[in-house]
Amino acid sequence: MAVDGEKGQQLLLRAWIEPKSFEHIDVKEWELLVRCARTAKLVAALGFKFEQSGINAMIPEQVLQHFQAAQKLVEYRQRLAMWELNRIRKALSGADVDVVVLKGGAYMMLGLPMAKGRSVSDIDVLVDRKNIEQVEKRLLEQGWQTAKLDAYDQRYYRTWMHEIPPLRHRDRFIEVDIHHTILPLTSRLHPDPERLLTDAVKVEKFDFKVLSPCDMVLHSAVHLFYDAELNARDFRDLVDLHELLTLFGSQEAGFWKKLDTRAGELELLRPLYYALYFSNRLLNTAIPKNLLQRHAGRPSIFVRALMERLVPLSLLPEHPDFSGKKVALARWLLYIRSHYLRMPLYLLLPHLAKKSRKRFQTKDIESLTNPDQSGSG
Amino acid sequence: MKIKDVSFSSLARTAKQDSGLCVDIGPFVVRLRTRDTSFLRTFATLYQDFSLSANAFIDFHVDINRPAGFRRWLRPQIIFSIDGHVLFEPFPASHAMPLFEWGLNWCIARRGHQNLMLHSAVVEKYGKAVIFPAFPGSGKSTLSAALGLRGWRFLSDEFGLVRSRDGLLLPMPRPVPLKNESIQVIRDFASSAVMGPLFPKTRKGTVAHLKSPTESVEQNKNVVKPAMVIFPHYQKNSEVVLRTLPKHFAFLKIATHAFNYEVMGQTGFELVRNIVNSCVCFNLTYSDLDEVIKRLDKLILENHGC
Repeated sequence: MAVDGEKGQQLLLRAWIEPKSFEHIDVKEWELLVRCARTAKLVAALGFKFEQSGINAMIPEQVLQHFQAAQKLVEYRQRLAMWELNRIRKALSGADVDVVVLKGGAYMMLGLPMAKGRSVSDIDVLVDRKNIEQVEKRLLEQGWQTAKLDAYDQRYYRTWMHEIPPLRHRDRFIEVDIHHTILPLTSRLHPDPERLLTDAVKVEKFDFKVLSPCDMVLHSAVHLFYDAELNARDFRDLVDLHELLTLFGSQEAGFWKKLDTRAGELELLRPLYYALYFSNRLLNTAIPKNLLQRHAGRPSIFVRALMERLVPLSLLPEHPDFSGKKVALARWLLYIRSHYLRMPLYLLLPHLAKKSRKRFQTKDIESLTNPDQSGSG
Repeated sequence: MKIKDVSFSSLARTAKQDSGLCVDIGPFVVRLRTRDTSFLRTFATLYQDFSLSANAFIDFHVDINRPAGFRRWLRPQIIFSIDGHVLFEPFPASHAMPLFEWGLNWCIARRGHQNLMLHSAVVEKYGKAVIFPAFPGSGKSTLSAALGLRGWRFLSDEFGLVRSRDGLLLPMPRPVPLKNESIQVIRDFASSAVMGPLFPKTRKGTVAHLKSPTESVEQNKNVVKPAMVIFPHYQKNSEVVLRTLPKHFAFLKIATHAFNYEVMGQTGFELVRNIVNSCVCFNLTYSDLDEVIKRLDKLILENHGC
């Protein structure tokens, strides 16, 4: 059944690379494509991809319905997200604080084509660490609340993380994550948030800032390769990278050189290398020739061989009916890697021990099935 | 091919295979895989008139199976999973049928945003569809089941699926879960009614599923235009009282009963507006099923041709 599993992945990748080639696939292939896209939360985006390619007339009605349904849901969440941003702006009016909106919210505010169909589950913003107390206080005064965390989780966020505990307005459902840098403080890499804030660009219409194009790519790369577990849920982030690189690369002549220089300044050459390599390899992203061979962020041949084997196995959605042992092993190894990168072992081991003990005590089904929703999981 | 035309042993064999049973429930095709033969027996009775459609596009991939491990013997449980994901706590093994129906409803409500989904029963006569939006416990299941047993076409007891493209109603005549007193009411009302086993102590009390009328299932691809919206309210010992409802009021009530009104955004608004504009809307209070059906028969004749 491995053949079938790979078929779904090939369909999904091909949909991004040459959507026009889907005019003649059969209904069962469509079904498999939609299922794999669902695993990666890409159904809505996939629908827009085909729409832009002008092949909707060739797509079976039932398939279009799945696209339509997913798009309705994404558009609804985007409306909620934009409204949340509007409310945050109001809550902070008069405060002289730059708020940089990250990821999905930024793509929406800029009206990037890739924002169409991209689901947003929460709002991520970056503010200068010296302002974070003021921002948090303002929001707490105006109806936002901190999730009920115990002392341990509070301390976990405040001393080790790159964000304060997530906030949520009592009348709404969107989570607001306020960051003061883009990686946990305990992480191996330490990109300087000052530099990111200095280069951030104002979006006049919304009175928020967004990261500069280079920083936007680098943040996305760091997020995927240094702060995520690289499983099928993260594949969407590689699609983000592909779209950003394709867009900025075609907009600006000196973009690639600038990107490399910037990655050097922020000490993010390694995540940039991975982003370029995997986006190019899996999604055929157009990047300049020879950029990868001589890239300063290229790891040793041993690490490269390992990552080149593990990442595609783990990152691409599996056939929903069949799960393979190889994939499970790759995911487990990359899961360990992600934790190792996030925290040195002398902090990580006691933390994991504490978390697993807590899980057994609470028997919380949510945190068992969705480890990423348990806050500091 | 209809489920009743397939031998049970062949059904059970297919249900165990990777390809599963692909059941066309009207607007969706569900792939059901299960090794639980007692559940499958109930399923095969209640869904006997539905068609199997092996090569169709599958909308929902559902498994109903027992968890591995010691729970297989000690108070056995049953698990609903979609695309291999377990979304709910297990049910006692004997409650597989209610779990399947409930789980499928959940999946449709979560994913079916190509339609505006009204929390309502839908029936049809003379090509005119009547929508019964109501909160749980108001008697809409019982009323729509009773109408189905008296020659009306039964479209759904729970989901008024309004297709966003043209505002037409999609039939999904799945079995009706009758609760508590309603079970005996329907048995007394029509001795021919085919019901599945009693499931005591579910979250909604005792539940028994009523098989949908064969003709209604056979017409599960025939979409229909909404003609009337009636908000039913069962009230003990009440006469049949039918009051016209002003349109602005009906609009708010319908929007309240739409699961995904907010998600649908502007489309949701337009669909509800079209329903209100093209339908006559009533509040209905009743107690006796024969009386209320007599009244509704008359009402649909009066509005025939409008």
